[in-house]
Amino acid sequence: MTTAREHPSGQVRAVGLLSGGLDSTLAVRVMKEQGIDIYALNFHTGFCLTDHRRALGGRHAGGRSLGNDALRAAAALGVEIEVVDISEEYLEIVTGPKYGYGSAVNPCIDCRIFMLRRAAEQLERLGARFVFTGEVLGQRPMSQHRQTLDLIERKSGLEGLLLRPLSARLLPSTVPEREGWVDRSRLYAIQGRSRKEQMRLAREFGIASYPQPAGGCCFLTDAAYARRFRDLVRHRHGERLRAEEMTLLKVGRHFRLPSGVKAIVGRDEDENRFLERYVEGRSRFFAADFVGPLVLAEGELEESDVGQIASLVARYCDGKHEPVIRVKYDRGEGERELEVHPAREEELDAWRI
Amino acid sequence: MKADATLDAYGLLCPMPIVKTSAKIKELAVGQVLEVIATDEGIKEDMPAWCRATGQEFLGVEEGDGEYRVYVRRKR
Repeated sequence: MTTAREHPSGQVRAVGLLSGGLDSTLAVRVMKEQGIDIYALNFHTGFCLTDHRRALGGRHAGGRSLGNDALRAAAALGVEIEVVDISEEYLEIVTGPKYGYGSAVNPCIDCRIFMLRRAAEQLERLGARFVFTGEVLGQRPMSQHRQTLDLIERKSGLEGLLLRPLSARLLPSTVPEREGWVDRSRLYAIQGRSRKEQMRLAREFGIASYPQPAGGCCFLTDAAYARRFRDLVRHRHGERLRAEEMTLLKVGRHFRLPSGVKAIVGRDEDENRFLERYVEGRSRFFAADFVGPLVLAEGELEESDVGQIASLVARYCDGKHEPVIRVKYDRGEGERELEVHPAREEELDAWRI
Repeated sequence: MKADATLDAYGLLCPMPIVKTSAKIKELAVGQVLEVIATDEGIKEDMPAWCRATGQEFLGVEEGDGEYRVYVRRKR
């Protein structure tokens, strides 16, 4: 049936997609329960919210630094894991998904197909016979309808070899079930958006720690991110987007000035620190006498842009009620300064992305 | 701590130090020690978890000046 080589212990090996969220963690646990030898794959897309919170210096309530969810889950489950960096290739999917976007700029269907194809390619190398995921029928509006699950299976080249243990009993039987590698009667029939059944299972398996809220851990489903992304695409006129630009869409307040220049305003110390990493090739503005934002601007700046960006610095610094604020800036030709009035509300409304 | 090889993961954000580590460790012989220098604090959580999940030995972390030196022994 498959070209996979026999596992030395006679155990059947499978590749599981593991994000470290509740569903994929349960799927791994369910397969483990059936004696499957699991090799977990986790894909780094560059759009994970937890990764970003961590890059900003975010912590757990107890002060512990945030870890990667997939690594933590794999260690707790006792399964081997490989983190695969797909962030460069992933940009192509985000900018031109064949199956379109969900409610924001989330290309969920293309994303699933892409990850599963990558998993399918690994089967032979790993001596694995099939792939499984934590997908739940009807849970996600875009990618987990019945027809979509079928499409994803077909397009990923895994026909018959893609098992969704949490919903398997509601889906046609797969090769692993028909061949007796897994017992269908011990798989689940979970569907819909409620996560009650998953939470019950988690208790049953003694899985106490999983990210909350479950699901939706991707920037691409965020409405504000989508707005900024679309603005960027519009202003790049078909030119290829760079990973760095996509990263910067995650941080700060974004303004598009009348000239087309974009300014990014740090919202707090963590964001300012994050923005500092991206100063090269950009102009940098900050208040000379007050605590306030670091502002980065992209593109060639006219004098009018300089004044407008400085007025943004003034508006968001601690001296925003002063009539005039001193702002320092550097366009790559040494530091200069100017005095401006804070930007007015109607200006902010007009420029805000 | 004495290491047989060093991986520079300076400035890399989560989870890239781990991605690089898993590639680099394959260049070492079983029993040798890899030193990973990183600036992302999360490596303190991620490296022990990765070692546990992949069967490598986490030897410890030395920190100072915003830098983390993490030591891993290749076991398999």
